[in-house]
Amino acid sequence: MAMLRNITIGQYVPGDSWIHRLDPRTKILATMALIALLFLVQSFPGYGFAALYVLAAVYVSKLPPRYVIRGLRPLLVIIILTLTLHIFMTDGRVLWQWGFISITWEGLVRGAMMGTRLVLLVLGTSILTLTTSPIHLTDGIESLLKPGKPIGIPAHELAMMMTIALRFIPTLLEETEKIMKAQMARGADFESGNLLQRAKNLIPLLVPLFISAFRRADDLAVAMEARGYRGGEGRTKFRELQFAVRDGACLAGVTVFTVVVSVLF
Amino acid sequence: MADALIEFRNVNHIYGKGTQQEWDALIDVSVSIRPGEFVAVLGHNGSGKSTLAKHANALLLPSSGCVLVDGMDTRDEETVWDIRQRVGMVFQNPDNQLVATTVEEDVAFGPENLGVPSPEIRRRVDEALLAVDMLEYRLHSPHQLSGGQKQRVAIAGMIAMRPKCIVLDEPTAMLDPVGRQEVMQTVRRLNEEENITVLHITHYMDEAIFADRILVMESGRIALEGTPAQVFSQVDTLYKLQLDVPQMTALAHRLNKRGFSLPADTLTVDELVNQLCQ
Amino acid sequence: MSITVENLSYVYLPDTPMQKQALFDVSVHIDDKEFVGIIGHTGSGKSTLIQHFNGLVKPTSGRVLVDGVDLTQKGVNLRAIRRKVGMVFQYPEHQLFGETVFEDVAFGPKNSGVPDAALEDRVREGLAMVDLDLDVLRERSPFELSGGQKRRVAIAGVLAMKPAILILDEPTAGLDPRGRDEILSQVQSLYQAWDLTVILVTHSMEDIARMAKRLIVMDHGRIALDGTPQDVFSNADKLRSMGLGVPQVTTLIHELHRRGLVQRRDIFTLDEAESEITRVLELKRHGNA
Repeated sequence: MAMLRNITIGQYVPGDSWIHRLDPRTKILATMALIALLFLVQSFPGYGFAALYVLAAVYVSKLPPRYVIRGLRPLLVIIILTLTLHIFMTDGRVLWQWGFISITWEGLVRGAMMGTRLVLLVLGTSILTLTTSPIHLTDGIESLLKPGKPIGIPAHELAMMMTIALRFIPTLLEETEKIMKAQMARGADFESGNLLQRAKNLIPLLVPLFISAFRRADDLAVAMEARGYRGGEGRTKFRELQFAVRDGACLAGVTVFTVVVSVLF
Repeated sequence: MADALIEFRNVNHIYGKGTQQEWDALIDVSVSIRPGEFVAVLGHNGSGKSTLAKHANALLLPSSGCVLVDGMDTRDEETVWDIRQRVGMVFQNPDNQLVATTVEEDVAFGPENLGVPSPEIRRRVDEALLAVDMLEYRLHSPHQLSGGQKQRVAIAGMIAMRPKCIVLDEPTAMLDPVGRQEVMQTVRRLNEEENITVLHITHYMDEAIFADRILVMESGRIALEGTPAQVFSQVDTLYKLQLDVPQMTALAHRLNKRGFSLPADTLTVDELVNQLCQ
Repeated sequence: MSITVENLSYVYLPDTPMQKQALFDVSVHIDDKEFVGIIGHTGSGKSTLIQHFNGLVKPTSGRVLVDGVDLTQKGVNLRAIRRKVGMVFQYPEHQLFGETVFEDVAFGPKNSGVPDAALEDRVREGLAMVDLDLDVLRERSPFELSGGQKRRVAIAGVLAMKPAILILDEPTAGLDPRGRDEILSQVQSLYQAWDLTVILVTHSMEDIARMAKRLIVMDHGRIALDGTPQDVFSNADKLRSMGLGVPQVTTLIHELHRRGLVQRRDIFTLDEAESEITRVLELKRHGNA
């Protein structure tokens, strides 16, 4: 149960740095620019510049660096796996060999590149979520997707889904804990047995949880309807997003940087 | 009646029509709610009281008969959104009716749906939160609030839509006594000070004492109707419907049976004290 | 079977920004076959306290002994404890999961090692204590039942484990007067029929005044009052300051006492008030005649 409490969604760290104050759309676009850059550049100097970009963002955001680095932890396994796969599986100049396992120079280079790419990718996106509250993030995504509406992108619906998910995650976690306790009081055991046994033991937890989630969804739908909700049509927004001068400056800077670095390296 | 805000005319509602579980939830209900009135609806589960409530803002439509809100027929699809703006609804489960991740966002949800311009929404949200005494919590997330606070936020969400009437469908059933008191005080204040019409569904008798009028539902019909004094003085009928009566009324009733003549419409401790000490 | 709590403190989510102390140095002893009411408003620590009684929550410091067994000791068989200490949570119908009523009610006894041959009797007995009939409900899905019935099936699921101590956390929350009276009278008859220790957590002063012989009032993680209903309700002002209040009957009697009509103050049920007021009114009538 302690595990459930440690899940923090969004991991937003409130603050009032320059980056915190940027329009969420600016931050989303800047993050996308970083992603583009990471896939366009093919050399170490290019990655160097991308790293510089990320480090500058961390510095300006005034986030405690250890917080940012902590974001890598869940992905550590994947990063190491990528690194290892590339190191051992790439053909080329053999540096070291033991039986059929060999390490090549090309493998080392590619592994390092892929690893750096992943690390920077994760760091960059965590700066976005660490400096932007879930509400602003949702607003930003909705606003950016809006032009896609004629081609069938349900911008408002996606944003609404995100909002409701964020609203109900804590409620459902609480409920999970409550049902677990109730079933443990009836002698349920969620901790021992083999994998199959454990999965089976989860039924008394999952069934009530799903039923409750459906009941909540039903109630919520009625409540939303009673409050006049009828989709995105004709709806106004409580908070209007507003581009400021700093957003323009930031986007211009990021664009120039991305184009120049990706062309040169 | 021309001056009715909500008028139920011979309303029938059948659930699961044509199926095995066909069930008459409302049978020929006719009643009208006047502007500014505080009407309490009592009855135990399955008596039809929630079904009645959901007819007041077109969440349910009558199987026959009609419901008029401010002169508009709820069956008319054109006017549904006007009706829902005029009649707000608060539900039983405080967890399942708040949509947004912060209190102020949630209160803004209704006005956003109505297409109110942004600066006006801001004003309405602050006003509504002030009216339910929750302004200082505006940046909190709903799951950090107590049950009573969540229900007050839900009420604020209605107020921000500037309704004429609020229908509360057992809003206190899941609350502790403190939460119940918070909600009832808020509702009574809105009724008295803002002149908002209230239709309050409950099974707590003590919440009905302050109503202008009480409707008692039983098996889909209105079994009793009148002022609290008129309704609660019929103690034996209420017991037969398996409903409670306020404790003081029950006590006065018992003492009456023992041959002391006390008024049957005693509702509160003060009334009984005064009668006994005469 | 008895429960002893010694200097129990509990800190919720220690070492996080959400850290909160829920219980402060609580000591209490509940004797075998007692009927104890625990009252206190939301957040007073009463739910946290009762969850210590079957080891669902571990004390931050202090000890909990059930039938002499220290739950804080390493290697304690908590499942054996939970077999003896039955706990009905708030809105217990939210824990139902079985495809049939039988499967759901049998879950607890099955987990506690009751052989298949004896399950049937356990389930039947558990359901009977809440006035439900196994032969009618056996193959029914618990989800098709009415709200009140669902709750009773869930309670039967705990009763079928045949606990020696029964803890109920607001078993009547959200029910209408009819459902509430049914459950309370079932608890009352269980207490008598099964020789149980019963711990009932509730918000309703009226209900608890009628049923329990002893009341424990929790406030801000501490035991504020502990005694007979007479003792506890004589502290009307203290109860009100904790946001709890006293039964209306007590308010009435106190006011009548102040005005000199009655001499007693220790009355909190309708029956007692009726006979006391009748007595003094009769006296008054004869005095005047």
